[in-house]
Amino acid sequence: MGFLMKKHWQRRHLMEAFMKFIMRVSLVIVAGALGLILWIVIVRGLPALSWAMVTKIPEGGYYMGKGGGILNAILGSLYLASGGTLLAMIFSVPIAMYLKTYLGDSKWGHYVRLSLDVLWGIPSIVYGAFGFTLMIALGMRASLLAGIVILALIELPIMTRAMDEVIRRMPVDLEHAALALGSTKFEVALRVVTRQMLPGITTAILLGLGRGIGDAASVLFTAGYTDRIPTSLMRPTASLPLAVFFQLGSPYPEVQQRGYAAALILTIIVLVVSLGSRWLSARLNKYTIK
Amino acid sequence: MDAHIQVKNLNVYYGKQQALKDVNIEIPKNQITVIMGPSGCGKTTLLKTFNRFLELSDGTQLTGEVLVDGQNIYGREVDVTEVRKVVGLLAQRPSPLPMSIYDNVAYGMHIHKMKKDRKEYKDAVRHYLEIAGLWEEVHKRLHDPATSLSIGQQQRLCLARGLAVEPVIILGDEPTSALDPISSQNIESRLLDLKQQYTTVIVTHTLRQAKRLADYVIYMYLGEVIEAAPAHEVFTNPQHERTKQYLEGLF
Repeated sequence: MGFLMKKHWQRRHLMEAFMKFIMRVSLVIVAGALGLILWIVIVRGLPALSWAMVTKIPEGGYYMGKGGGILNAILGSLYLASGGTLLAMIFSVPIAMYLKTYLGDSKWGHYVRLSLDVLWGIPSIVYGAFGFTLMIALGMRASLLAGIVILALIELPIMTRAMDEVIRRMPVDLEHAALALGSTKFEVALRVVTRQMLPGITTAILLGLGRGIGDAASVLFTAGYTDRIPTSLMRPTASLPLAVFFQLGSPYPEVQQRGYAAALILTIIVLVVSLGSRWLSARLNKYTIK
Repeated sequence: MDAHIQVKNLNVYYGKQQALKDVNIEIPKNQITVIMGPSGCGKTTLLKTFNRFLELSDGTQLTGEVLVDGQNIYGREVDVTEVRKVVGLLAQRPSPLPMSIYDNVAYGMHIHKMKKDRKEYKDAVRHYLEIAGLWEEVHKRLHDPATSLSIGQQQRLCLARGLAVEPVIILGDEPTSALDPISSQNIESRLLDLKQQYTTVIVTHTLRQAKRLADYVIYMYLGEVIEAAPAHEVFTNPQHERTKQYLEGLF
């Protein structure tokens, strides 16, 4: 036997084998869960998926099995999520910049990051209840606008913290290199810093969008639900997660099946958004300094 | 001596600590000046006063004057971006900008609007990549990310990028310390080639490199300039005990 051969199973070898096993089991659980979810949604939803589902709004008796579709919920979700994301972006970019430029790693910087992390962890039903209370105080009714504002609040901590991490990883040398060539600080920000951080910021925004589009509890309280396509910010609007929820709760099997079809549509939208963001950030990432 | 940079009564403080003490030197035009000295003696600090990089860190204070071609770069009306255009810097570690090889060289020319059309930019990029001895290696992949180059190539890219904004002075802050021996040699021979057209100031901690490059030597110790004279004088007949000890490798 060669001197490099394993002589006997030592404790550390066992330990490594055990850890490897645990990691593989976790991988199987995670991948399996995703696979199972997709499988159920596809098997149960695909038969009910039709052209009418994505092009029509519910007709009379839709929830008892009659004709129509869920265009109202698809559009509602897209309006809500894009509006919320846009609003969250408007606030999170300056907050992230302020955190980096002025607060840095100071005590206050620490507190702000802590609060954002806490906000990140608060369940969306709490946001919904908060929004509802606020709306009552203001005398507002459920509307697209209220839904957008609440989604923006939910997305804000996610986006801000994700951007904050990106900005914190910005190499100082890079700014100096550009300054050494006689750039103004504005040129450094516009031509160098932005280029370096764009992929990370894109990821942060899409992370927020992903959370926003899938959220049910907060919009239940604030945006309400309607069979119509919203025509103004002050009108209530439907959303896909709630369309899934209401239809699955129905006693009619064909309506339940449409619930799965709605879930399939939502899953496809989320999938497209995340694959698109992967592709986009890989493209943008080509030139960044790692 | 035809002085290109004149330093007059220069004092620099980091907070309360004094980093440069009453520096008065002249740096000759179109020669390579090497600043030597043990770590912490203020070599890099002195270098950073020449392109006004010192003010990028908080809590630094500076008194005195640095004149380039007779003009005080710390004067009231001076545009700091113009100073940095005229005084280029080759940093310790190459840091390419997050863009393609081509754009790295074109960047400086673009912000200073130095060329008229695409063709002029293209020609200039080629010209400076040739001067930096990089053209042959990269001309087929100008649009690849700059980070795809090796560290040695990146440093030559940074040289090309710096030269492209047409400086008259090149500063080098230990520009070869992160490079392998062959890449270092490559950079050194570029600097020697360029000294006819540029005033070059290099900080180094390797004595052998100083001997290979220097026309003029500034020896510093604890924030003071101990000796500043032509290289052959300093290396063959140092005037000060400290310089002598340093050259003999006593510290």
